[in-house]
Amino acid sequence: MTKHWLAASAIFLVGATPVFAWEPTKAIEIVVPFSAGGASDQMARTIQGVIQKHNLTSQPIIVVNKPAAGGAEGMLEIQKSPGDPHKLITTSSGIFMTPMATKLPLNWTDYTPVAMMAQDSFVLWVNAKAPYQNAGDLMAAAKKASPPMKVGGTSSKREDNLIVFAMEKAGGTKLAYIPHNSGGQASTQLSGGHVEATTNNPAEDVANWRGGATKPLCVFAEKPMTYTEKVADGKSWADIPTCTSQGLDVTYTMLRGMFMPGKVTKEQQAFYVNMFKKVSETPEWKDYLARSALMPDYRDGEAFVTFLKEDEAKHARLMSEAGFMAK
Amino acid sequence: MDDFASLMAGFQVALSWHNIGFMAIGVVLGIIVGVLPGLGGPNGVAILLPLTFGMDPTSAIILLSSIYWGALFGGAITSILFNIPGEAWSVATTFDGYPMAVQGRAAEALTAAFTASFIGAISGVILITFVAPLVAQFALRFGPAEFFAVFLLTFCSFIGMGRDNRSKILASLCIGFLLAAVGLDSISGDLRMTFGSMELMRGFDFLIVVIGLFGVSEILLTVEEGLVFKGKKAKIDLKVVLRTWAGLPRYWATLLRSSVVGMWMGVTPGGAIAASFMGYGLAKRFSKQGKNFGKGEIEGVLAPETAAHAAGTAALLPMLALGIPGSATAAVLLGGLLVWGLQPGPLLFVEQKDFVWGLIASMYLGNVAGLVIVLATVPLFAAIMRVPFSYVAPVILIICAIGAYTISNSIFDIWLMLLFGVVGYVFKKLDYPLAPLVLALVLGDRAEDAFRQALLGSAGSLNVFWANGLVATLVVLAMLLLLWGPISDMIGAAGRRGRPIEAKAAE
Amino acid sequence: MTHSSETEPTPRGLSRRPVERAVAAILIGLAFVVLYDSYGRGAGWDNGPENGFFPARVGWLFLAASLFILVQSFRSPPEGIFVTYEQLGQVARVLGPLILFVALIQPLGIYVASTIFIVVFMSIVATSRWYAIGLTAVLVPLICFWVFELQFRVPLPKGPLEAALGY
Repeated sequence: MTKHWLAASAIFLVGATPVFAWEPTKAIEIVVPFSAGGASDQMARTIQGVIQKHNLTSQPIIVVNKPAAGGAEGMLEIQKSPGDPHKLITTSSGIFMTPMATKLPLNWTDYTPVAMMAQDSFVLWVNAKAPYQNAGDLMAAAKKASPPMKVGGTSSKREDNLIVFAMEKAGGTKLAYIPHNSGGQASTQLSGGHVEATTNNPAEDVANWRGGATKPLCVFAEKPMTYTEKVADGKSWADIPTCTSQGLDVTYTMLRGMFMPGKVTKEQQAFYVNMFKKVSETPEWKDYLARSALMPDYRDGEAFVTFLKEDEAKHARLMSEAGFMAK
Repeated sequence: MDDFASLMAGFQVALSWHNIGFMAIGVVLGIIVGVLPGLGGPNGVAILLPLTFGMDPTSAIILLSSIYWGALFGGAITSILFNIPGEAWSVATTFDGYPMAVQGRAAEALTAAFTASFIGAISGVILITFVAPLVAQFALRFGPAEFFAVFLLTFCSFIGMGRDNRSKILASLCIGFLLAAVGLDSISGDLRMTFGSMELMRGFDFLIVVIGLFGVSEILLTVEEGLVFKGKKAKIDLKVVLRTWAGLPRYWATLLRSSVVGMWMGVTPGGAIAASFMGYGLAKRFSKQGKNFGKGEIEGVLAPETAAHAAGTAALLPMLALGIPGSATAAVLLGGLLVWGLQPGPLLFVEQKDFVWGLIASMYLGNVAGLVIVLATVPLFAAIMRVPFSYVAPVILIICAIGAYTISNSIFDIWLMLLFGVVGYVFKKLDYPLAPLVLALVLGDRAEDAFRQALLGSAGSLNVFWANGLVATLVVLAMLLLLWGPISDMIGAAGRRGRPIEAKAAE
Repeated sequence: MTHSSETEPTPRGLSRRPVERAVAAILIGLAFVVLYDSYGRGAGWDNGPENGFFPARVGWLFLAASLFILVQSFRSPPEGIFVTYEQLGQVARVLGPLILFVALIQPLGIYVASTIFIVVFMSIVATSRWYAIGLTAVLVPLICFWVFELQFRVPLPKGPLEAALGY
């Protein structure tokens, strides 16, 4: 039943062009501009599994990690292969931020946007044994702390760093941002008490939350998350209040999407749009979204491009406010 | 003893015929990807991952983890035969393994390496079996300052105060550190020393440098003597295995020390690479044959292999217990777990008991299967040394080029490999030691990151490096090892005069 | 290393001394490049080390070590031969084809380049018969193709030949 609906919507989406005018002729490579085990990697590997399980293409899917230079390596790889229809790249806000922070000649408009799969939230985490009950407690403690309170995150001049900068501004205090190589590492450091707080994505800290090592204080979003299934301590993702409601007025969410190299044909793009549309409808994908507490937000075509343009402008503003733009 | 019963149940699961079959397939495939520098454990695991969706999770993870064991075993083969380490942790194996092969003792070196890997891996598994939760808690005590201290300890145990060529050791060490610094600096998020070059932005990948410095340069040195292999043609039969084994009990101290070092480094998680260097460095310092290290001493093969594999295995512990992958292959395994809906982390041991104990049982069995299979291949691999040079040399060079290319799909990297081949050739002839360069390249940026993370947190105060008992102990140990040479001289001199001076040691 | 020259009549070749000095000079040059880059980006201490702090300190050490090596090579000049001309010739016979191989990868793809490399290398070494050379030159790339491209799906550089065959 769903299949009929899917096929119909796919035809509708691409308009007059025949849907299956193009098929991949060799293995499809999904480039992940982050190291294995991270959130982007997990998404790529989930997609790989879903595509193969549901036979969405006859060709194999290979996940390739290219984490060097803050993801720029992976982006350059796509930049270098215009017209190659067998390459995809998973993207996050890094697609704007890496070029801004490094002055590398990379621009998302040189790529072909395929689909946005979801938006990821950021959560303020503290050690389970910490006395803080909400963001207000934490910021009050941060004001008294000397040396400044340590807050962990992933990479420098990226999402987590921006959030911590915004926290400093909103709370009127200084924080020591400690960059880690992955969210998993930051989470481990938090459970060992080596940092006071982290701004990890839900998926990066869920294991330690369930294991009783860390706890969430609030989510950096305008609305709480929607997943009401209990995760740990009798709480669900939806039970985490927004930071704004706790007096810390910082919101930030990050896109997770797929791009192709530039200069591919409309048919090639349509094939993948159709494929990812199908992926986004599978039960496995929905399980994955729920498990990682990602906000389902599928967009393609114009809707995706509009989103990208707005998001880029927002990041340009945030990055220059924080002084993270390369000189 | 509840755990013991669970383990036995795990063995029952793992010992079914089809699971043993998967183990054998996995190990063979793992050896293949371990031998070819262009392929790594992650490739093997990633290729088989889709095939495993139809299996039950336990069989699937047995198949996938067997690839991991196979790749660990396979990495030693090229190190010993051609001086080309397929993985970072087999670099230290080349120091004595390759000279042994040159002396016609390739089969002996291979047997020693495989057996040592096995011993190391089994000690790692025993650790996981009996003290998993406890050790996982210990790992949490490692913050940036402690990490830095671990790396410092590795450097000090390996470098020490050599007496000869100090300026060349220092220069070589500096080159390693500087190569490691090229590219994106993860703490500041800025590029360093790239001079606007896109290719340099990626930094110098360790494997490219090592394939060039060790593998290509060795071929250049070999041809100087005429276009033949240096390796003498040794008689090869399976008796070599037994003869080598008969000699092993003598080295119990080295094996034990390396196992302990490896397990400790795997959990902390300093990692298999640091463990192999530290294992080698300590063995060199404390063995009676220490002076012969680097000239084909079997202990120099045993020490790093045992340590690397104890660490590689123990590194699975943080992955299972905390959800942090210790290596790229472990990360892909982690991805596999997630696909089956298994969430690694503190609760895995509670919620998925059968799976965890089946996996642990398969670690024992997979390693036994691995050892049997690799030992059977010893004559085969040693026979490669008999193939004429004019056939083997181009094939090695082509495989090296493929290996360099696949790291980031860049032809520039093949040129780099060639350049480092020439650099290695010149450095070897001028007696610049290469080991400090490689060590600094592998661990340099990680040590720097840890150091700077620690200082960011302490607002620049160096006191963090003796803020608690753990980090202070590590730093003191590192200093002791660094000054071990002068100290032991002093103690020796004092002993002769009958007046021990212990207090000086603290410097 | 110095003993070999005593036993037999000294073979002609490049002596160690100039090579030692040239290498030291190159290292000194590299050290200056590092220092220039590090101080350009800030090598100070701003609430913890700046990003050029370590490279700069290592750069100074490196400079000191290489200067010392250079001075040493004048104070007690190294004796002996770095490489004899004969050996150099042998090395060139391997290095030459190798450079050709790497240069051909871009235009021809790695498989065709391998074939050419094997043919050139084995002919120069000249210990093999033509059919052995031919067989190796065809089989090795084919096996590589099967293993990497078909089995493990590792994409390697390909050229016009592969494109014509549809890969």
